Amino acid sequence: MPTDRPNIAELVEAVREFLTDHVGPNVEGQLAFHTRVAVNALAIVERTLDQGGAMDDAELIRLKALLKQDGDLQEMNAALARAIRGGELDDQRGAVLEHLRLTAADKIALANPRYLTPRG
Amino acid sequence: MEAVQDPNLSAAEQLALVLRDRMAEEFSAGTKIEGLVRLSAGASRETWSFDAVKPDGTRQLLILKRDPMARQADKKFEGVPEGRLAVGRLVEGRLLQLAREAGAPAPIIPFMLNKDERTTEGFFSHRLEGETLGRRILREEAYAAARPKLAYAVGHAAARFHGIALDKLPAMRGLPAGEELLHYRTIMDSFHQPHAGFEYGFRWLAERLELAGERYALCHGDYRNGNIIVDEDGLAGVLDWESAHLGNPSSDLGWMCVRAWRYGYHDKVVGGFGSVSDLLDGYEAGGAGRISEDEIHFWQVFGTLRWGILCMILGFTHIDGEQRTVEYAGIGRRAAETEYDLLQLLD
Repeated sequence: MPTDRPNIAELVEAVREFLTDHVGPNVEGQLAFHTRVAVNALAIVERTLDQGGAMDDAELIRLKALLKQDGDLQEMNAALARAIRGGELDDQRGAVLEHLRLTAADKIALANPRYLTPRG
Repeated sequence: MEAVQDPNLSAAEQLALVLRDRMAEEFSAGTKIEGLVRLSAGASRETWSFDAVKPDGTRQLLILKRDPMARQADKKFEGVPEGRLAVGRLVEGRLLQLAREAGAPAPIIPFMLNKDERTTEGFFSHRLEGETLGRRILREEAYAAARPKLAYAVGHAAARFHGIALDKLPAMRGLPAGEELLHYRTIMDSFHQPHAGFEYGFRWLAERLELAGERYALCHGDYRNGNIIVDEDGLAGVLDWESAHLGNPSSDLGWMCVRAWRYGYHDKVVGGFGSVSDLLDGYEAGGAGRISEDEIHFWQVFGTLRWGILCMILGFTHIDGEQRTVEYAGIGRRAAETEYDLLQLLD
């Protein structure tokens, strides 16, 4: 894709910083809450731009090994969901669960990495 | 009859007139309404606080919970039979009365508000002092002495309202475990977004339905840290009964153990404030018998999956354009947290 600087990651970063530094401090109540949610959403985009490609590659390799078929990530995930529902993978539960846990951990690493660090 | 907002009055002004007339019926003519303020900003219910000041100067501190004046249609899901899932406000008020009579902490519900051309229906409750925000209950110094008692107390309270005889209850939807499971799976399917992690959860539960237990009783339906009111001494009331239904009562206990309402206090499985053994001890002391760890675990898994589907529902409420808000877009992604929790709980 033809692009100049700032690139896509830098643009998202600029909007996130604008919301954090200039909007957040000047609003209150629901608008302040929604600003924080918006900042978090942009942070998800940034982490996905940074790490998502490698996660996709690893997920696809695992899916191919598990399902013994080929396809893109969307097709393979749909096939996995069907196979689990149909009981076709019941004899490989350990491998399925391991794959699902790795995938879920990657989803969290993008969506809310702090979730994995307990506080209290 | 549809309640209509008079364009020449604010919502609070119109409600003040309704309340003046209603308080005159319950107390005496000349009872004044003071300090009327809306508490909840949510679109699904209206909660108002006010004082009814009688002519002799005595004051009754009250809460009104009513249906929103601008009512939104219930979200529909492809494949899910239509029909009201949540109970109405009059039933909710009645359930609070029954829970209190049965010995569960709950505010006094002195009378109801019927709908007419000026107002939607609702119920009044005596105003309790205390905290309802889950995060504050877990963090604020004021509740430090209350927190260690809460797991036992919510177990005890649940035993009391689970024990209400079925023939005393108003008509409600019945939702046995197998049907409830199918209900949420159908909702997931309606989004046409295959979800392997949740599929695994549905299959795990479907294979273990016998762990759900045999009992059938009044379920609160949304029994969690966030729908209770806590004061400095402990549990002051069980609130928000709009999801009440008939079903397996252990579902309430499992829901209380879902991580989403621990607000970071992961080691305290029950609501972020206590342990499963305290919960079960309180439940047994409340007279509902001893529940097995396996049954609680089944319902904790169920609750975790249910919360995941509810996150999806909110995400798709945004995506489908019914209510465009960045908040729901964000909640949609919280389904990942639930999926992660779910897969940790399974084998």
